[in-house]
Amino acid sequence: MLRYEGKIRIPSGCAISGIMNKKGQPFPGDDIIKSIALMHDRSNGLGGGFAAYGIYPEYKDLYAIHMFYDHEGAKADVEMFLNQHFKIELSERIPTRKVSSIKNPPIIWRYFAFPRGDKLAEAGLDESEYVVRCVMRINSDFEGAFVVSSGKNMGAFKAVGYPEDVGDFYMLDTYRAYIWTAHGRFPTNTPGWWGGAHPFTLLDWSVVHNGEISSYDANRRWLEMFGYKCTLQTDTEAITYMFDLLIRRHRLPLEIALTAMAAPLWDEIERMEPEQQELMISIRAVYGSALINGPFSIILGCKNGIIALNDRIKLRPLTAATKGDFVFIASEESAIRTVCPRPDAVWTPMGGEPVIALLEGVEDI
Amino acid sequence: MATIYARGMHYKDLNEMIKKLVKINEKEIILKNVQGQRYIGDGIQGEYRITIEGTPGNDMAAYMDGPTIIVHGNVQDATANTMNDGEVIVHGNSGDTLGYAMRGGEVYIKGSVGYRVGIHMKEYMNKKPVIVIGGKAGAFLGEYMAGGTIILLGLNAEDPQKMVGSHCGTGMHGGTIYSRLPIDSFKLGKEVMQIPADDNDMESVNIYIMKFCSYFGFDYDSVRDRRFWKIYPYNKRPYKNLYAY
Repeated sequence: MLRYEGKIRIPSGCAISGIMNKKGQPFPGDDIIKSIALMHDRSNGLGGGFAAYGIYPEYKDLYAIHMFYDHEGAKADVEMFLNQHFKIELSERIPTRKVSSIKNPPIIWRYFAFPRGDKLAEAGLDESEYVVRCVMRINSDFEGAFVVSSGKNMGAFKAVGYPEDVGDFYMLDTYRAYIWTAHGRFPTNTPGWWGGAHPFTLLDWSVVHNGEISSYDANRRWLEMFGYKCTLQTDTEAITYMFDLLIRRHRLPLEIALTAMAAPLWDEIERMEPEQQELMISIRAVYGSALINGPFSIILGCKNGIIALNDRIKLRPLTAATKGDFVFIASEESAIRTVCPRPDAVWTPMGGEPVIALLEGVEDI
Repeated sequence: MATIYARGMHYKDLNEMIKKLVKINEKEIILKNVQGQRYIGDGIQGEYRITIEGTPGNDMAAYMDGPTIIVHGNVQDATANTMNDGEVIVHGNSGDTLGYAMRGGEVYIKGSVGYRVGIHMKEYMNKKPVIVIGGKAGAFLGEYMAGGTIILLGLNAEDPQKMVGSHCGTGMHGGTIYSRLPIDSFKLGKEVMQIPADDNDMESVNIYIMKFCSYFGFDYDSVRDRRFWKIYPYNKRPYKNLYAY
C-alpha cells in the first residue's frame, strides 16, 4: 500500500553517541550499543553504524580498508586496483552474525594493507594523500564498490537497520576500542542505503551527524576543487572531507578549523576585541566556503580523540559528560546515564562551542 | 500510592501503565529508574502527582492538563510542550524548548535551561503560563513569545553576562520576561524593551518566587534582594504591516 506524505508520522530525529577512554584503554562495544539503543525511537531503521578506534592492534601500522561490494565483479575490479596500489597483508570477510532485521547485505570485506613503495614514489604524494586519492578513485570510478573506512587501527561498521541490530550484526561485543561512536539514522533528504549510513570516514576521521546541512552544495563545490569527490549522496560525507582538508592538508589548528565550520555571527564579531575580530574576519573571508550552515550536532572521531560540535544556534541536541577517564557524548542525557548512571559532570555545550576530548598526552588532534 | 520501576520499559508501555493508574484514580504515582522514556504525563487531565527518579525523555508533560510532575534529576527537550494546566517541578536542569507553546500552568526549574525556552508561549484570559528558571538560560529565551511570564533568576551566574544567551525575546509580541539581573541590550530582540520592574510588577511575580524558594530550599529574601528587570514587547502586532499589501 502506498504511504502518503503526511498520512504517517514518524517522530524521529537522528541519534548520535560517543564514548572514549582518555587513557586509551580499550573496552568492548556493549556500552555504545546500549547507549545508542536507548535512543531507538530517534531513528527509523534506515541506517545505523559505529566507528571504533584501537580495534586492530595486531595490524596497527596498516591501513584497514573496509569495503562494501554490490557484486563479485565489483570486488574483483577493486581488488585488482588495490593490488596495483597497495601491498595487501590480509584480505578477509568481515565477520557478521545473522540478524533477522538486517536484510540484503552487500559483500562486506576488509583488507589490511600499505601503499606500494614504487607507486607511492611515482605519485609523489605523501602517504595519507595517496590513500585519500585511492579512496576517492574507488568511490567514484568503480560501480558497486564503496569504501566504508580507510584508517589505521580503526574501522567503521554500518548498515541499513536500527543501530543496535547493526551492532549485533557486526558482533561489536567481540571488538575492543578506546573510542566508540555510533549513529541511528532517520534519513531526510536521501535514501536509506548501506553506503549512506553513518559514520562517514576518510583515513582515521569519522563523523556521525544529526541534522542536515543546507550549505552542502557550497561545501561540496569547494571540496571538489581540492580533489574530494562527494559520491555517497549524504551531506555528512562533506563534513568528513572538510575536517580532512582543514586539519590534515591545510594544517589549521583545531580551534581555527572548528571556528571556520561554525563561525561566530557577524554581530558577535563586531563586539570582539580588535585582535580577535581581525582573526575572525580573516577566517570567515578565507574559509567562507567551509562554513557549515543548517542544523547539526556531530561527533568527529580520530585516533587522538573525539570532538563534538553543534551548529551556531543549536538546532540539534547534544549532551556531554565525564566520569573518571571516560568522556561521553550523546543526543540525549538519558543515553549517557543508561551506561553511566552517576557521571562526575554533565553539561550541554552551547551552539558552536566544541567539546574537545583528546587522549592523555596528546597535544593536538 | 503506586510505584512503577521503569528500567528498560518502552515509553508506550510506561505511559499506558500511568494512564491505567489515572483511570482508577490513583493520585500518587512514583516512577523509578526512568531512562529517557518520552511523553510521560502527556495529555493527562485532573489532579494527580507523578514523582520521577531518573532522566525522563523528551516531551514530558506535553498537553498536560492539571497534574503535578516532580523530577529528581534533569529533564531533556520540549518539556511542558503546549501544557495547559498543572505544575512541573524539576530539581535539576532542563534541555531546549522547555514550555514550547505553553498555554497554562507553572514550570519551576531549579538549575539552568537550554535554548528556545518559552518559545511561543501564549495566554488567553485567565490562562497564563509561568516558567521560573533558577539558573541560566540559553539563547532565544522567549522567542516569538505571545503571552505568559518567564522569570529568570540567574542564581548561579557568577558572570551576569552569561546569565542568558543571545536573541532573547526575538519576535516577542506578548507576555513578560522578568530578569533578576539586567540583560545586555545586544542580547535582546529588537521587538522588546527593558525597564526596571515597578512595585505592581514585583507584586505579580512574588508568589511564583515564593513557590520556587519553597520547592528548592532557597532563601526568599536573598532571591528577592533587588528590583528585577522587565522585558516586554513594544508592540502586540509587530508584523501587522508586513502582509498589508
